[in-house]
Amino acid sequence: MTTGILFDAPGPRTVVRHRIYSAVALVGLILTIVWAVGRLSDAGQFEAAKWEVFTTPDYLRVILVDGLLNTLKMAAAAVLGAVVLGFLLGVGKLSEHGWVRWPAWAVVELFRALPVLLMMVFTWYLLGIDKDGSSFQAVVIALTLYNGAVLAEVLRAGVLAVPRGQAEAAYALGMRKSQVMTIVLMPQAVKIMLPAIISQCIVALKDTALGQYVLAPGLTQVYSQIYLEFDNRVPTMFVIASIYILINLLLTALATWVQKRYVGERKPLEVSAVGTADQTIV
Amino acid sequence: MNPTSVFDDFGAYLQAFGYTFSLFVVAGALSMVLGTVLAAMRVGPIAVLRVAGTTYVTVVRNTPLVIVFAFFSFAAPIFSIRFNWLDVHVGSFDFTAFFGAAVVSLTLYTSTFVCEAIRSGINAVSLGQAEAARAIGLPFAGVMREVVLPQAFRASVPPLASVQIALIKNTSVAAVFGIAEAVAQMRSFTNDFSSQRTGIFLLFALGYVVIVEAFSFLAGRIERRWRVAT
Repeated sequence: MTTGILFDAPGPRTVVRHRIYSAVALVGLILTIVWAVGRLSDAGQFEAAKWEVFTTPDYLRVILVDGLLNTLKMAAAAVLGAVVLGFLLGVGKLSEHGWVRWPAWAVVELFRALPVLLMMVFTWYLLGIDKDGSSFQAVVIALTLYNGAVLAEVLRAGVLAVPRGQAEAAYALGMRKSQVMTIVLMPQAVKIMLPAIISQCIVALKDTALGQYVLAPGLTQVYSQIYLEFDNRVPTMFVIASIYILINLLLTALATWVQKRYVGERKPLEVSAVGTADQTIV
Repeated sequence: MNPTSVFDDFGAYLQAFGYTFSLFVVAGALSMVLGTVLAAMRVGPIAVLRVAGTTYVTVVRNTPLVIVFAFFSFAAPIFSIRFNWLDVHVGSFDFTAFFGAAVVSLTLYTSTFVCEAIRSGINAVSLGQAEAARAIGLPFAGVMREVVLPQAFRASVPPLASVQIALIKNTSVAAVFGIAEAVAQMRSFTNDFSSQRTGIFLLFALGYVVIVEAFSFLAGRIERRWRVAT
């Protein structure tokens, strides 16, 4: 059994029973899929006219350049910003000086507790809703603040996950606090943090879709342009969702690979992406 | 700066957070149920259900919530899934088709994370526990009831709390689909009184912080009380 913990190895009678359950479940599943496909086809969702646009080079270019490229640009800019912000806030949270630690803590807690959409709307109005590119910037800034706060927590957990002996040995060699951090702790922490940072890229990428509410460019905008022109809302939705899912699966695979390659058997770093007033949680 | 507009119409502010809170409570409860079912499918012995559960979780988890919402607002009618029957009015709150679609979208999305949280709880129980329980002769139900599930449940409390707090924040996506919850209300205030935008933002931010901190305080209490002895 693959599930190990829950079930003992099944005996012959149980095996037969499981086969029957499997057959019933399979029939039920197939019937549901056939029904769903039938309904979609009755509603004319498989008509060539509704899908033709996705094989037209001009529109593919629109999807890939105006849509995907803009989405990736927003996500990439946000992740880069978030790494920088997360580094500053994370080091701030680790500081031995209360006047640095507490503000950093407060900022991290605030931005983790707020919905990204709330920050997006506010930033959008702050930048001026009529201004060119303000919605793009609003998405990037909101995502930077939120993901930066999460990454600060990741950085803190990563540094604390380095065995204590490493820092002690470095101090024993006579290194200063900043040297211990930059030469000894950080290089090891970054390795531990990498998978968590890549997972955060997935969150940022998914959240770029919220840009729809502040009229940002990207896949969701292309989505509305296409379905308004061709009256093919459902097919467009499938295509756009598939693009997101595909990229996210690639990122997940990358995170798993990095985890295996650089972190090994050790448990992946888990940091809750949400605000908790508790400062002791690592 | 001074958000007098919000104080003048404080009822709208409270009502907006009322919608946020009701979305959270209803979708939170439903997602726990659906998430448990999904987790049972994924850890169960029936291969077909395992594959189906895994596929569902992988697909929905990687789809932006906005698209899940869009699907439920525009594609669901093709499958005769409509929420026109939903027409409940409590005080000044209207729970209608929009609310129903929002709750279902949030539930479908959040349940995948609930499923993963429960699974991680089950994985946290060490194999030796179940083996020892079997070795002293406990039947399947006994192994589950006395040994495995209590530990698994406790271990899944912290990740479940994170999932539910994420849901509080995700209710804001309902704003995109026509529900007058907090973010939509804030946008409308900001639109009408743009000179007060910072104050308006801070007030609405405060509302979220209060809900999130109250919930995480509660979750922290439960967690400390039920923590597995290590």
